[in-house]
Amino acid sequence: MLSTFVAVLRRDLLLAWRGRADVLVTLAFFVIVVCLFPFGVGAEPNQLRAIAPGVLWVAALLACLLSLHRLFAQDYADGTLEQLLLSSEPAALWVTAKVLAFWLSTGLPVVAVAPGLALLLDLEQGALPVLVLSLALGTPILGLLGAVGAALTLGLRGGGMLLALLVLPLFVPVLIFGAGAVEAEMSGTGAAAHLLLLGGGLAGALALAPWACAAALRITTD
Amino acid sequence: MNAPERSRSLFRFAAPNNFYPLAGRLAPWFAFAALVLTLAGLWLGFFVAPTDATQGQVYRVIFIHVPAAWMSMFIYLVMALWSAVGLVMNTRLSFVMSQALAPTGAMFCFVALWTGALWGKPTWGAYWVWDARLTSQLLLLFLYFGFIALTRAIEDPRRADRAGAIIALVGAVNVPIIYFSVQWWNTLHQGASVSLTKAPSMATTMLLGMLVMAIAAWMYTIAVVLWRARSMILERERHTEWVGAVLEHEAQLKGGRA
Repeated sequence: MLSTFVAVLRRDLLLAWRGRADVLVTLAFFVIVVCLFPFGVGAEPNQLRAIAPGVLWVAALLACLLSLHRLFAQDYADGTLEQLLLSSEPAALWVTAKVLAFWLSTGLPVVAVAPGLALLLDLEQGALPVLVLSLALGTPILGLLGAVGAALTLGLRGGGMLLALLVLPLFVPVLIFGAGAVEAEMSGTGAAAHLLLLGGGLAGALALAPWACAAALRITTD
Repeated sequence: MNAPERSRSLFRFAAPNNFYPLAGRLAPWFAFAALVLTLAGLWLGFFVAPTDATQGQVYRVIFIHVPAAWMSMFIYLVMALWSAVGLVMNTRLSFVMSQALAPTGAMFCFVALWTGALWGKPTWGAYWVWDARLTSQLLLLFLYFGFIALTRAIEDPRRADRAGAIIALVGAVNVPIIYFSVQWWNTLHQGASVSLTKAPSMATTMLLGMLVMAIAAWMYTIAVVLWRARSMILERERHTEWVGAVLEHEAQLKGGRA
């Protein structure tokens, strides 16, 4: 089983590397969205500092959302997905591998770039580790939940918007606790509770989402 | 597939051709009950219940707002239940029921939000505040929209049914999480001096009026869902003989009219 997991992980990472323009576009989107906010709300430093956690988190969430189509679309188009589903390995296993590869190629770069972007909004230095940790815990949850939505909307016209509609209400708790963690750290009450809840959410999503995603994939390809 | 001895179990209504006439016979009764209870509830709410000490007459919107909110949440759970039944037992009619429930649930959700806004303006001074219950209700509306959009977007009925069932179940699992997280978020951001709690002891007539309206909404839901399920069945089973016979029969009944 481990060899299947590693094989699918390697394949997806290799494909992401070969199509790394896609990955870089996601990152560029993240940066641009964060840069839009000062133009929208004004460049007053105190205001930007106050909204920084929320802006960074919303931009990360949107970047993740808009790249979710990459998860299954290519494999669905060329038939690899059906072959994977026909294999004797449990579907939840290689689905987890695919989502992990997706996170490593999309979520992890976002987490890495976020502190630099936080400087643009003059986020308090002390809150940067919490920002990174909250994104590192939260973006995998977004990937796992988004994978279920992506599996359900595979191949539909207008799939991107429909995916957003399906998945954004599910993202809201992650956003609340993620941005809330950074704000709690900034206000001095401590981010422990928020981060623990995010960790719990990640554990729950890891347990349940691959199974739901596999069921959704079987429904889509039947 | 047929058992050697036919038992008159309720499962025979899992077949569309048995359920269709049953729904047709039951729905008018529920509609009548809904009408009677609505009139009773509105009379209780607008004429019998006393004026509120703090809010005056404006509070009377709760006789529509609270039952609508209750129904929107209850209908979502029933939708998820039918989705689970459909996935487990592979019965087409279960999926029809959950898809028939969705528009009514979304309607109640919207009514709750709208009447809440109308109630908010005179009492809190704003049409919308990001308080926990209103925000959760808004997210529930988005969950309904997502379910309806997904089931409409997929052309193959079998795939649409099952995909909708999965999203309904995922949403149902998330509803407590969403509610809890929104409540947490709201208590931290309690900036505006908004207090949503009603007076601790409600006059008995107010409570009675709300309960009567809630049951009226429930009866209405059942009637409307049964009627909606009937038309969905006709559409899905249009290639069968029994539907042809039903449509011919109904055409004959109306044959006299111009």
